[in-house]
Amino acid sequence: MKISKLHLLLLVSLFTIYYSTFTVTAHAAVPVIKIDGSSTVYPITEAVAEEFQKEKRGSARVTVGISGTGGGFKKFCRGETDIQDASRPILTKEMEICKQAGIQYIELPVAYDALTVVINPKNDWIKSMTVAELKKIWEPAAQGKITKWNQVNPAWPDAPLNLFGAGSDSGTFDYFTEAIVGKAKSSRGDFTASEDDNVLVQGVSRDVNALGYFGYAYYAENTEKLKAVPIVEKEGKPAVSPSFETVMNGTYQPLARPIFIYINAKSVNKPEVKEFVEFYLKHAAKLVKEVQYVPIPEEDFKLVIEAFGKKKLGTGFGGVAEVGVLIKDLLKREGIY
Amino acid sequence: MPEQSIDHIRRMIARHKLWDHIFAIVGILSLMVGILTLLALFTELAIEGAPRIGWKLFTSFPSRHPEKAGILSAWVGTTLIMLVTAASAVPLGVASAVYLEEYARKNWLTAIIEINVTNLAGVPSIVYGLLALGLFVYKLDFGQSILSAGLTLALLILPIVIVSAREAIRAVPGSIREAAYALGATKWQTVRDHVLPYSLGGILTGTIMGLSRAIGETAPVITIGALTFIAFLPQSPFSDVFPFVSFRWLMDPFTVMPIQMFNWTSRPEAAFQHNAAAAGVILLVMTLIMNGIAIYIRYRFRKRIKW
Repeated sequence: MKISKLHLLLLVSLFTIYYSTFTVTAHAAVPVIKIDGSSTVYPITEAVAEEFQKEKRGSARVTVGISGTGGGFKKFCRGETDIQDASRPILTKEMEICKQAGIQYIELPVAYDALTVVINPKNDWIKSMTVAELKKIWEPAAQGKITKWNQVNPAWPDAPLNLFGAGSDSGTFDYFTEAIVGKAKSSRGDFTASEDDNVLVQGVSRDVNALGYFGYAYYAENTEKLKAVPIVEKEGKPAVSPSFETVMNGTYQPLARPIFIYINAKSVNKPEVKEFVEFYLKHAAKLVKEVQYVPIPEEDFKLVIEAFGKKKLGTGFGGVAEVGVLIKDLLKREGIY
Repeated sequence: MPEQSIDHIRRMIARHKLWDHIFAIVGILSLMVGILTLLALFTELAIEGAPRIGWKLFTSFPSRHPEKAGILSAWVGTTLIMLVTAASAVPLGVASAVYLEEYARKNWLTAIIEINVTNLAGVPSIVYGLLALGLFVYKLDFGQSILSAGLTLALLILPIVIVSAREAIRAVPGSIREAAYALGATKWQTVRDHVLPYSLGGILTGTIMGLSRAIGETAPVITIGALTFIAFLPQSPFSDVFPFVSFRWLMDPFTVMPIQMFNWTSRPEAAFQHNAAAAGVILLVMTLIMNGIAIYIRYRFRKRIKW
């Protein structure tokens, strides 16, 4: 373990090189497009990023993180990311933070996700459910009281009602509670909650008395283990099962939700980001289907492409997560930020 | 009644021997609980991941097609981060240990420092992640880079390195130090020429144990902003202009093995579960190899040293 002068010299020179290289030229020569946000939107963005990089052959780099919609907006409003994946529109609080940091953004819906209410395939008493019945099951007042199927509807058996649902940090939970109970994040707490939808799939597929909900993609991959419940929006309306068609023609309500990307308006000036978003919009229809999400109908999607072309700033929601907004109406609204 | 008492003693011996056997069985059973659980886990992972383990897994980037997806960016990221972690935790940890063992006066301040170092080893890793997010990512402006992640994990394993290095240093007999002093060596000469070389085996073992803990850490790395999809490698450490080496990769974005695994387990397509299992097997093998190296190093150094 003798340290000679030569060793020392080497060590010192190594350190100089190290400091000179990484403090002086900290930026990579190849531009990097930074994306973060919702894990629900992730599969679509990942697919687009994969194809985009294949086409660009190393002349552009894309990174995608999954900090969640909320965590992602925090980074987005600090200007750390170029694009934000969001499974719900931006909220008032986040709009304010963005505004203070001087971050303007373009809001683009890129696909639909259909929240799917699922039961075990051996469950033979459910043919369809109404939103009112779902509300009776999921509202906070049901906690500890509605524990059997026949308490919801006397025609159903006297069997325990075992519930599975999204964890309270997810956009799925926010949207489901908003659409069914009428208030975001308002839900009973005594159910099996998981951020990992595969856990919910396992749970419902093993329990005849189970009822659960999650994104359509997880149902589509497990159709032999699960049964999707047709939903009756209002008394007198027909029961509608979730599918590409029913979501696209707007009959699967109120559980179909649009999912978004938000683009930092400053980043659009970077040619690689602009090119990436154009690539995203051009290939969205095909790639969205591939990862089991529902594409936005062509006519409406033209409006989305137009909105990006015009650099339409701000959100059409005004900071409130609404249920059942049509995309064509949304894009006609004045953008607020 | 000598006969009776011999009989008595014989019975007593038999009874004690019985307890001996019972304890041996209990011991083996307890051992089995641990080993069999690990073995069962590993076998299940291996069986599930077997169809995906192969050269292509190592050379492919993540993809939406499970059969094309690989762990290239993840294993490269993990390896580079481990390099940064080792390069920063070892000098710091060994220097601290040498100071505490050889130089520091034994007073209440040293006692407090010692207690704190030991306590730090038990701090949840997410706490280090939060600290690093504020310090490395924002304050020092290293960004969400390999450097930040490496330093974060270095902080995490620093207490482990310090504690094990101290134990190794303490195991060097005092007579050796006294002999060196008697010949007129200074403290530093003694440490450099005797204490450190003799304790190197123990120090390296401790370091590798620390690194094998760091390799599986997910929470702190996610906190400082590891990514999930990244289909390019950090910049090459060699460059074609003077000085021919480049450290720009330190500032590049990254992902690591446990994050890649976690992402695959939460995908709807069942085929991704095979990928996750395959990545799990590789992560386990990486840890096993590191522990194997630790055992080998310890063996080599023990053999060389005879007092």
